[in-house]
Amino acid sequence: MSISAPTLTATRPAAGTRPGARLIQPVYLRTELRRLLRNRRSVIISLIMPPGLFLLFGTASAYRAQSAGHGNVTAYIMISMALYGTLLATTSGGASVSVERAQGWSRQLRLTSLRPAVYVVTKVIVAMVFGLASMAVTVLVGWWSGAQLGVLRLVACVLIAWVGSSVFAAFGLFMGYLLPSENVMQILGPALAVLAFAGGLFMPLDGGVFATVAHFMPTYGLAELTRGPLVGSAPSVWAYVNVVVWGVVFAAGAAWRFRRDTARV
Amino acid sequence: MNHITSPAVELRGLVKSFGAVRAVDGLDLVVQPGEVVAFLGPNGAGKTTTIDMLLGLARPDQGTVRVLGTSPDEAIADGRIAAVLQTGGLLRDLTVRETAELVASFVEHPRPVAEVLARAGLNGIENRVVGMCSGGEQQRLRFALALLPAPDVLLLDEPTTGMDVSGRREFWNAIRADAAGGRTVVFATHYLEEADAYADRIVLVSRGRVVADGTAAHIRGIASGRVVSAVFDGRAPSGVELAALPGVELVERRGERVLLHTHASDVLGRIIFGTTGARDVEITSLGLEEAFLTLTSAGAAGDETMRSTR
Repeated sequence: MSISAPTLTATRPAAGTRPGARLIQPVYLRTELRRLLRNRRSVIISLIMPPGLFLLFGTASAYRAQSAGHGNVTAYIMISMALYGTLLATTSGGASVSVERAQGWSRQLRLTSLRPAVYVVTKVIVAMVFGLASMAVTVLVGWWSGAQLGVLRLVACVLIAWVGSSVFAAFGLFMGYLLPSENVMQILGPALAVLAFAGGLFMPLDGGVFATVAHFMPTYGLAELTRGPLVGSAPSVWAYVNVVVWGVVFAAGAAWRFRRDTARV
Repeated sequence: MNHITSPAVELRGLVKSFGAVRAVDGLDLVVQPGEVVAFLGPNGAGKTTTIDMLLGLARPDQGTVRVLGTSPDEAIADGRIAAVLQTGGLLRDLTVRETAELVASFVEHPRPVAEVLARAGLNGIENRVVGMCSGGEQQRLRFALALLPAPDVLLLDEPTTGMDVSGRREFWNAIRADAAGGRTVVFATHYLEEADAYADRIVLVSRGRVVADGTAAHIRGIASGRVVSAVFDGRAPSGVELAALPGVELVERRGERVLLHTHASDVLGRIIFGTTGARDVEITSLGLEEAFLTLTSAGAAGDETMRSTR
């Protein structure tokens, strides 16, 4: 009834104060982190594989002895693997929207006061926390295994990698909304490995066609920037351009698919 | 409170098409607070589409949706309407309690999680992972989630699909026990017995329209009757004339054949034979299923159906 509407509005909480409108959802964040830790696949991929790869490829005694910028080659490989780990963690964090759409969870959430944007913010926060955890493990393992790098430079590397990996959280979201697959990481895992190779994350680029192509990979700019504090030379302007352009592309793509997903048909 | 005077659900001239298919085709429905209404119809009748529009998950092409005098979005955000969806909607890797606690965190003043789980008959499996729960248990969990905001209106979309008989009974017992407090319940189903057993009122839908609306007894009445059908040569009586014959409850035309639903087939038969030029007269009894099929397929061939409203 139209007469009753004003009275009702007065007795109801304003839209902004509903529990689902708050940007930070402590219970949801806690639950999501618990889910990640419970998921064996995500733990192996993000917390065990990157330090494992580092131990496999980065700890030869020759690498420990050989210097690379302000540290040794072991530190160089540790930083690269830490970055790879956080890329995996943030991408899979973002891409988890795919599984949740397939399971109908997003539809269930739309029956609550939770705002769709808050859902995405929660996903990104969790992805970033997991990315940081992934890097922490690799760096700790590296520290124990002979990586040499000044603490300040190490912290700078980690912070740059971490902030930059938000580009990949957006990538994961975009792909999670785009790909209908129940397990989108089976596609994105190999894709990231290829991108890491092609972007020069696993081995330095020595010029030639590969190096030229590498400059356009979404992993290239971030790898350059992340290693900046270690190698000691300022990254090229193209590294910045690369990160910004890919960041805009992925964020715009995620926003586009997100809008489509929440638009009512 | 003023909202008591607003209908719980008010649908007016609802139309929704998907491409060339009109899923909902001019549907009107008003449900008063406290009613338990079955939305009965075959698959593809437009039940789920209607429920989606009631929940604000889909937007009608035409017509209006009001829930408790407000929009579906507002009603959802305030927890005044809640729903148990047909499938999905649960994270398989969370436990029953974690799921309820999570959803409760989105509700302004949620009912205690333990209380709702008990209501839904989930005692003893609170710590079970959702993926390990049976279909019936998952459905009771969805029901528990819907109870968290203590909604005034509860929508259930085919809630017992895939459950065995005992699971179905347990589920309805849980709903009944909780609905005693005057909650409005609207449930979609294609089980006639379910509608008959649990609803005060049955709204029969077919091809996106309401084709019959009445108490369970009324619908059962239609179902227990017979159909006298005949072909009229020459001047066929009009629908109004036929509806005025003694005992005629519903007039239906299928091509040249006219079907008269009645509880007095003997009387009606004599009149038809004696006073009209009818030929090929048939008198058939109508079981529950046939009544259901007759009513829900009446619109199928674009035939005219006349009936007295309740």
